[in-house]
Amino acid sequence: MKPSSPTLAEPSFDDPRLLACWRELDCRLPAVQPIFEACAMQALDQLSPAQLHGFWGAGRQLGKLGRGPAPVIAWLTYWPTLVVEVGDELLDDVMALVHRMHKSPNSAAIAPFIESLATAAQRLKSVPTLRELLHVVQKFMDDTTGSIHGHQQTMASEGLVPFFKSLPLLLMQLSLPGLRNWVEYGARVYRHHPQQQAAYFAFESDDSRAVMLRERHGTQWVDVERTLGLGLQGMWEVNLSLSGLPTQHTGVDRVTPGLIDDAMGVPDALDDWQGVSALMRYRLMVAHMAMHREVSGQCVADNWSPAQRLAVEWFEDARVDVLMCQRWPGLKTVMLKLMPPVQEGACDAQIQACQRHRLAVWNRAVLDERFQLQDPVISDFVSEFHVSVKRGANTADMAALALRFVAKTRVRSDALPDVWFEGTQLDWRDDNRHLWKFIEEGDEEDTQPSRTASQAQELQSLPPRLYPEWDYASQTERPDWVKVYEFLHPSADPKRIDALLQRHAGLARRLERVLDRLRPQGRERVRHLENGSELDLDVAQQAWVDWRSGHTPTDRVQQHIKPPTRDVAVQLVMDLSASLADRVMGSEQTVLEISQEAVAILGWALDRLGDALAIGGFHSNTRHEVRYMHVKGFEESWGEAVKGRLAALEPAYSTRMGAALRHASRTLQQRRQAKKLLLILTDGEPADVDVKDPEFLVQDARKAVQDLQAKGVFVWCIHLQPGNDEQVRAIYGDHYTVVDHIQRLPELMASLFVRLTR
Amino acid sequence: MSVSELTPEPHYRQQGDEVALYEAAYAARLPVMVKGPTGCGKSRFVEYMAWKLHKPLITVACNEDMTASDLVGRYLLDAQGSRWVDGPLTQAARMGAICYLDEVVEARADTTVVIHALTDHRRALPIDKKAETVQAHPDFQLVISYNPGYQSLMKDLKPSTKQRFVAFDFDYPSAELEAGILVGETGIAQGHAEQLVRLGQVARNLKGHGLVEGVSTRLLVYAAQLMQQGVEPGAACRMALVRPITDDADIRMSLDHAIDAMWA
Repeated sequence: MKPSSPTLAEPSFDDPRLLACWRELDCRLPAVQPIFEACAMQALDQLSPAQLHGFWGAGRQLGKLGRGPAPVIAWLTYWPTLVVEVGDELLDDVMALVHRMHKSPNSAAIAPFIESLATAAQRLKSVPTLRELLHVVQKFMDDTTGSIHGHQQTMASEGLVPFFKSLPLLLMQLSLPGLRNWVEYGARVYRHHPQQQAAYFAFESDDSRAVMLRERHGTQWVDVERTLGLGLQGMWEVNLSLSGLPTQHTGVDRVTPGLIDDAMGVPDALDDWQGVSALMRYRLMVAHMAMHREVSGQCVADNWSPAQRLAVEWFEDARVDVLMCQRWPGLKTVMLKLMPPVQEGACDAQIQACQRHRLAVWNRAVLDERFQLQDPVISDFVSEFHVSVKRGANTADMAALALRFVAKTRVRSDALPDVWFEGTQLDWRDDNRHLWKFIEEGDEEDTQPSRTASQAQELQSLPPRLYPEWDYASQTERPDWVKVYEFLHPSADPKRIDALLQRHAGLARRLERVLDRLRPQGRERVRHLENGSELDLDVAQQAWVDWRSGHTPTDRVQQHIKPPTRDVAVQLVMDLSASLADRVMGSEQTVLEISQEAVAILGWALDRLGDALAIGGFHSNTRHEVRYMHVKGFEESWGEAVKGRLAALEPAYSTRMGAALRHASRTLQQRRQAKKLLLILTDGEPADVDVKDPEFLVQDARKAVQDLQAKGVFVWCIHLQPGNDEQVRAIYGDHYTVVDHIQRLPELMASLFVRLTR
Repeated sequence: MSVSELTPEPHYRQQGDEVALYEAAYAARLPVMVKGPTGCGKSRFVEYMAWKLHKPLITVACNEDMTASDLVGRYLLDAQGSRWVDGPLTQAARMGAICYLDEVVEARADTTVVIHALTDHRRALPIDKKAETVQAHPDFQLVISYNPGYQSLMKDLKPSTKQRFVAFDFDYPSAELEAGILVGETGIAQGHAEQLVRLGQVARNLKGHGLVEGVSTRLLVYAAQLMQQGVEPGAACRMALVRPITDDADIRMSLDHAIDAMWA
């Protein structure tokens, strides 16, 4: 006979109701029993009999799924929380989804799913939105569960378990539609990359953060960065760099701002709060730090206890706020709105550590004149504070006052482990790290990489800029998808370009005649003006005759002669992908060499004409490395340096057209010239090694071109490969020229330019 | 153009020794250039000096469409045919007035060349259309004002023009003086005047960060006048100090915020 295992025996309970429950649950898994009693007591307290019935029934089903104790434990622990929030209307929907998971390869996700439901219910608080969430989950699961032969689902969804783990954090920052977009984006983009999918849903990849930022509610720091910077410059006369501190990982509503040297860190996103706009919260944070920077000194931290340091920080912060309000009195109303309504006696000094609370009360009394204080000791410190601030106290004086405050108000319970935190965090205050200096090194080693080392690496190029890419399948942008590095192109011997120009001396002479005609010259006569520079004799005579013959003469008898001007800025973008190294049929030259000739002629011509021209080239090696090479800037003259760079062009890698267009047009759009022309010289369709769908980059380039045209940039493509018209037209519309005889490129390009800008 | 013998004394606060220097320059009949940002008191200074020296003042506000004929003169039609009419510059040269070309860079470069002969030892104005040379009256003086803030290639004086003048460099007055000017011009309370001046400085700090020029003393005077009319301070500042100078949403928000922070 088998020895009876302890799980088979029915445990004994003090409460007879528990025994009934245990029987109803009917679960023999050993791991369930230890938690049963606590969970059951909680459920009996909170659930109605009908709800209890459903609860035990579903628990019984979970126990008999054969998926171990985890689902049951999760169920017993978390389901009552959900029922308390929204009732048990969703029981059938949840169980249906659980069964679906059970039947698919995703059964490992059942327990995390049930666990995440409790927090979801606390956030969403309504049955319809929760049901919506279940739909999102189900669709996500179906989309990402893989199959090998297309018939049966055999591979578990990589992202499902990580997704349930990050769901509470996500719901804190995203509304349900935002969450759905975030999930659908990840499911679509990483369908074929299991590892990247897992990283995305575990919230570990940059992409997931970027998409999350796009979808989240509230005001993002990047959107207000400029106006915050202007505010700093205008109101505080400092020019500091602002940076956003990521909030998503912390799971708290707000990260504390910080001031280090000449950089201010503020949360990367904020919501409106207490009737104060997010922008205003940002402004107050920045103003507080700017005031700190102006008036705060440093204190040596080593000899003070944590409690003393805390008090010094509160006192110094209060001084900073008072000074800030003296200078900008209007900030006070906002500050009072954001101030937590701490009350004396809210914290029980018998059982809790109240030092933070005392400081908060003192602080409120200092900043809010309407707040009435009972405590005589704290009152004394309030008036003493005001007196010393009026006398012009500095950080050291504040520290001395704070130390006396600690000594006077200290009580035994301050050492208790249960610290009262409520209402002791002020929204606009920073972490005060700039206030302290430590004489003795800490035990922690400096783990930061040395600054010089990282600088040496970055000198090669400008810091990368991130650009979105258009995903035509979903008709949305993938935010921050492509990294573009801008380099100064290396130089070679400029004489090569001069030699190339020599070869086309005939063309150059012909071109010169055309340019002479294009160059602004002569004068334009504007007639029939009331006020011009001189009398227009013909019209004057006519008016005179009219007058004499009794007609009404015109009074517009003057003319003005003005010189015409050219008002064009041209950006030339060269595709420098590997195919440019091919030889041209029936010639010794490569496509690159002919392109160089053409660009040299164009550069020379525009220099003669006085039009602003910039030249850049690009190639790409996946979305993480699009290189944009600077050859000539708008303000650079057509000299040795530019020719040297043009001579050194070297083809490599692939063609990620859209990102290059977006990057190249950035400086072009800032030009003040009325007409902006962007010329693209390319020999192939957009393609890159990390994109499988050939249509994807074509559509992205098309979108980039459309966006540019909407912004008033005239885009024209010069295509070096005949027979590809359809695709070129798809991207550029009718704005393109296909070069049939590539040897004629220099001539064609010059005449094209003349035609476009005449 | 306006010709005026100024009778009431224009309100002008001396910032340094500019009055004495100007008197010396006038005694030698040197052409004078007054540089400085918009609305810092350049025109007021010239008016004041004309009043002090008891000389008529002819002011010409220059603009982009202004041509040499607008300064020198032109033929006009009348009942008898065409008739020559002197332009303000010719008029001033004939009668011996101080001719003040305000914001001269606004006029096109070829226009300003007509003043060259007047501003060197010749002191004469050739009128090619009439084939006449006007010899300047001994009391004639040419003053131009010039705002270097534009700093664009298009809006700068030719070096050959610049070389003909002695120059005064004006800037916005110090905070204390500026508050005094506001009180003197409008009778606003000293405290409010100081607050206005501080708001003006906020905008001036943003120069080069999207603002071409900061708030001028003149605009501060306008704001003070609005407040004297009973307009609520925040609204007066928005109307006089922010809306006129920028269309940039970020800058407008920042300045509005500064105003709110000053007068909640």
